[in-house]
Amino acid sequence: MKFSLSWLKAHLDTDASLTEITDKLTDIGLELEGLENPADALKAFRVAKVIEAGPHPNADKLQLLKVDDGSHEPWQVVCGAPNARKDMVGVFGPPGTYIPGSDFTLKPAKIRDVESFGMMCSARELELGEDHDGIIELPADAASAVGTSYADYADLDDPVIDVAITPNRQDCMGVRGIARDLAATGIGTLKALTIDAIARSGSGPDVRTDDSEGCPAFYGCTVNGLSNGASPDWMQARLKSAGQKPINALVDITNYVMLDHGRPLHVYDVAKLKGGLVARKATAGEKLTALNDKEYVLDETMTVIADDNGAHDIGGIMGGAETGSEESTTDVLIECAFFDPASIAKTGQKLMLTSDARQRFERGVDPAFLDDGIDIATALVLQLCGGSASEVTRAGTPPTEQRTVKYDPKQCATLGGIDVAPEKQKSILEALGFAVDASWQVTVPTWRRDVAGWQDLVEEVIRIIGLDSIPSTPLPRKAGVAKPTASPEQLAERKARRAAAARGLNETVTWSFISDKEAAPFGGGNWSLANPISEDLKVMRPSLLPGLIAAAQRNADRGASSIRLFEVGRRYLESTEHPTIGLVLGGENRARSWQAGSATKYDAYDAKAEVLAILEAAGAPIDKLMDFAEAGDHYHPGQSGTLRLGPKKILAAYGVLHPTVTKAMGLKGTAVAAEIFLDAIPVKRAKDHMREAFAPPALQAVTRDFAFIVDADLPASDLVRAVKGADKKLITGARLFDLFEGASVGEGKKSLAVEITLQPTEATLTEEDLKTLSDKVVANGAKLGAELRG
Amino acid sequence: MSDSEAIKEKYLGQVEAAADGDALEAIRVAALGKKGEISALLKTLGKMTPEERQSEGPKINGARQTVADAIAARKDSIETEALNAQLATEKLDMTLPPPSGPKGSIHPVSQVMDELAEIFADLGFSVATGPEIEDDWHNFTALNIPETHPARAMHDTFYFPQTDEGGMPKLLRTHTSPVQIRTMMDVAKQTDGAGEPIYIIAPGRTYRSDSDATHTPMFHQVEGLVIDKGIHMGHLKWTLETFVRAFFERDDITLRLRPSYFPFTEPSAEVDLGFTVEKGRRIIGGDPRSENGGWMEILGSGMVHPNVIRNCGLDPDVWQGFAFGCGIDRLAMLKYGMDDLRAFFDGDLRWTEHYGFDALDVPTLSGGVGA
Repeated sequence: MKFSLSWLKAHLDTDASLTEITDKLTDIGLELEGLENPADALKAFRVAKVIEAGPHPNADKLQLLKVDDGSHEPWQVVCGAPNARKDMVGVFGPPGTYIPGSDFTLKPAKIRDVESFGMMCSARELELGEDHDGIIELPADAASAVGTSYADYADLDDPVIDVAITPNRQDCMGVRGIARDLAATGIGTLKALTIDAIARSGSGPDVRTDDSEGCPAFYGCTVNGLSNGASPDWMQARLKSAGQKPINALVDITNYVMLDHGRPLHVYDVAKLKGGLVARKATAGEKLTALNDKEYVLDETMTVIADDNGAHDIGGIMGGAETGSEESTTDVLIECAFFDPASIAKTGQKLMLTSDARQRFERGVDPAFLDDGIDIATALVLQLCGGSASEVTRAGTPPTEQRTVKYDPKQCATLGGIDVAPEKQKSILEALGFAVDASWQVTVPTWRRDVAGWQDLVEEVIRIIGLDSIPSTPLPRKAGVAKPTASPEQLAERKARRAAAARGLNETVTWSFISDKEAAPFGGGNWSLANPISEDLKVMRPSLLPGLIAAAQRNADRGASSIRLFEVGRRYLESTEHPTIGLVLGGENRARSWQAGSATKYDAYDAKAEVLAILEAAGAPIDKLMDFAEAGDHYHPGQSGTLRLGPKKILAAYGVLHPTVTKAMGLKGTAVAAEIFLDAIPVKRAKDHMREAFAPPALQAVTRDFAFIVDADLPASDLVRAVKGADKKLITGARLFDLFEGASVGEGKKSLAVEITLQPTEATLTEEDLKTLSDKVVANGAKLGAELRG
Repeated sequence: MSDSEAIKEKYLGQVEAAADGDALEAIRVAALGKKGEISALLKTLGKMTPEERQSEGPKINGARQTVADAIAARKDSIETEALNAQLATEKLDMTLPPPSGPKGSIHPVSQVMDELAEIFADLGFSVATGPEIEDDWHNFTALNIPETHPARAMHDTFYFPQTDEGGMPKLLRTHTSPVQIRTMMDVAKQTDGAGEPIYIIAPGRTYRSDSDATHTPMFHQVEGLVIDKGIHMGHLKWTLETFVRAFFERDDITLRLRPSYFPFTEPSAEVDLGFTVEKGRRIIGGDPRSENGGWMEILGSGMVHPNVIRNCGLDPDVWQGFAFGCGIDRLAMLKYGMDDLRAFFDGDLRWTEHYGFDALDVPTLSGGVGA
């Protein structure tokens, strides 16, 4: 909401400085968003007189002027304006002046070989209007003002204040409401609102409302025999300060009353109407071309104002193009109605149509201001356009019943945190228009639809007092030592994240939404936005990998040689959201080096290593994990796997990404990836600090190696598990350390060598013990078809 | 000079001159071996008279001992020399780079979330979470934003074709405030409506259909909620002061509370932090009224609206409290000096390397929450 200082002062009697006023606005919740003085850009321009005008020696369309700006020898100015002539008074910018409308700074220049100093300016060059047909021509009596600043001469030194109005404060969507709020702070006094008596004659127009829900009240009157034209300078200046373009007096008056009092109005050209006006529900499919020249298709929930020919106004939102007032209009009907806020909001949302009127009606205009509103508008029409006004027809009844709130001044301290004397509270509320009786029954003014409970009254008091004066009060602190606040899941996620980073993975955050194309190889998305910002950000990701692959590809394009990315975030599946860690490894695993030679690439085991380390950090029982396949179609079918606790509980999937996936996303070369499903990891609930009793065994651990020939397709982990199971007590570790395939072990076979660690606890192992154990190991291997290698 | 003396001197000379272990061994055999010269002398002792033995015995034994010691000493020194010679051939260029592992990092958003959890844990707040795909009721209606409320239009909501039980389209949460609702409802349910104190923060992803230089359609917010008895705006002010001073690790941060409007709080306040410009960058802290100072809007806050408390099944005449919310990405930018929000979501490894955090930079109260 923008307005000039002088406009504010038309309602507020104050000696306060501009800074005091703007600080106060912010303090009371009308946040200052901008402050501009149009005079600032025009400081250097002066009222100047053309004392000589003659032809330019080298150009037909240019003139050579001598200009007196009162401060210098007359300037020689080359001027192309057709209206420039001797003795005219205009606006001069001397050399060095910045021309705001043309965005350049004047320098002495030669124009067609003649020197020119400074410029006589057009309205457009000063951003004072659109006119660029000629230079500004001031009245002849301005000659006495030659040398004075143009901004002073034209009274442009009027700062424009821009404040943000929160959606609850419709009453401040008019300058008078802002003045009232300011007055309550004691910074000034609200001037009384005087509405001149209007001589009305003749019966009011035929207006009625058939839609008491959408339009409970419809007031109207006519003014006949007027002549429309430009509105006066004072009104134009105020409208311009509010950012409104003056159009003609009738349109300007409706805009002005809306901005001055927050009261939207509509003016119809009576000549374009047929029959009376009625507020009614639209019929389904009814069409209307609004003032913005767009056609809207209405439905039966929307309120329109119509005559015998059809709808002419989307009630309270925007008038129709056909029946608006024009320069030639002589008879008008002024509409001052009350539209239901909820109904306006719904209609506006459906039509995706916003307007100044909608903003005010949907926030709730003052239902008790219809008579004043129509009188103020009528008086202005009569004053500016002449004509004669009819009586007012009042159809329907606006909802003016007033709300009362029981208040206890102590509540200011118990909720607002500050003690304010009851008398002071009373005077603040009264200044804002509330009525307070002896028992603190508070009557809410009709323009404060937002005030419903005592909490709202506390807010009114403390915002006027100033929130800065609320003393800061420590929260009550529980006795004793602070207790841990993180849940086991949060701790697991935190540890997993830091473990990943400690292993040299870089955490990223990628969009939760991806494209359909990216989602497809991952099973597609269940959640597709109805109103995405773009096709690329449309589907809630079913996997973290598409975003990570895309990020990897961007890094590869930037020349990164080794890419190690991870993300902790959610996957969005049909029924719920799953916390997940995704990781992608691409490019070089190990860079070429003087020690190790050429660079190496990542393989599926690198992904598995990250998975195991992160799972372990997250508290998963990694010694109980089982290797399965079926990692998903986005992985290489032979170089991927899953780690599970039981056949159905998948904790992680990993592997080499399927070449078609990486290729589709533009990632060159092999990349490996993994996803760790955090919510599948069993949560360690019990927090027992005590560990099981343990003393390191006094006896030495020994190791034994076993090499087996097995079928080539036997999973190695099966053999290791079988070997380890030979004596669960004695064997504390089993590690596969050699894999060999070749002619010497036979076609379709491979050799696997396992080192087992034996930890005796009671007595040193005898040769016999070792023999027994060895036989068991071999027997367990034999169950899998493994033969001890000779 | 007796024989023994002369023999001793002879061998000592040879030992001194021995060049390697073999030569030394030959000397040992010649002197001390079974048939060695000194061994032979020792054998002569038995044939001597007691007087002779008394005088010759110590000399001969002394010679044997001296020669044996000399051999041992020489052996040591030959071995040392040989080892030194070998080590001298094993010299490496120690300026060569050793093998190095990859360096990982934590994203600033995660780091800041951990910092927030730490700061608020000290004040007794725990961390709560909720779904990002929300329903209309939790995101709007329960927060006192009915369907026709103008504030809805300001939320630039992303919608899904799927609807909830009430037939309203499901949506992406536009703020973390639905976590307030879910937390209060859980408490109401667990306590049969009696209620109990609630102190939570809720960090997480939020979404608005907005994209320009300073807005991304996905961003991070943190919500704070306190519900207790006798909580008022003074507590809100203290909590926010304590939080920002702990977070930015500066005591000279001034807060300005401005009355504002949020449908879910009453009274409502926006919170500005004082900043000063240092070396061309805005730094939170210092005198906002000084020449190079100013105010920056950071937080929205207020006392939880009684309708919201009631909507969650608690009695607003018993329970009262405050809520606040602010952007985590913004907090990170202000604290660590990033100037481009979009870079947060790009995954550029160069950016990550520069702005990321070491895995071991775990925020702690004792170590400081700023790494």
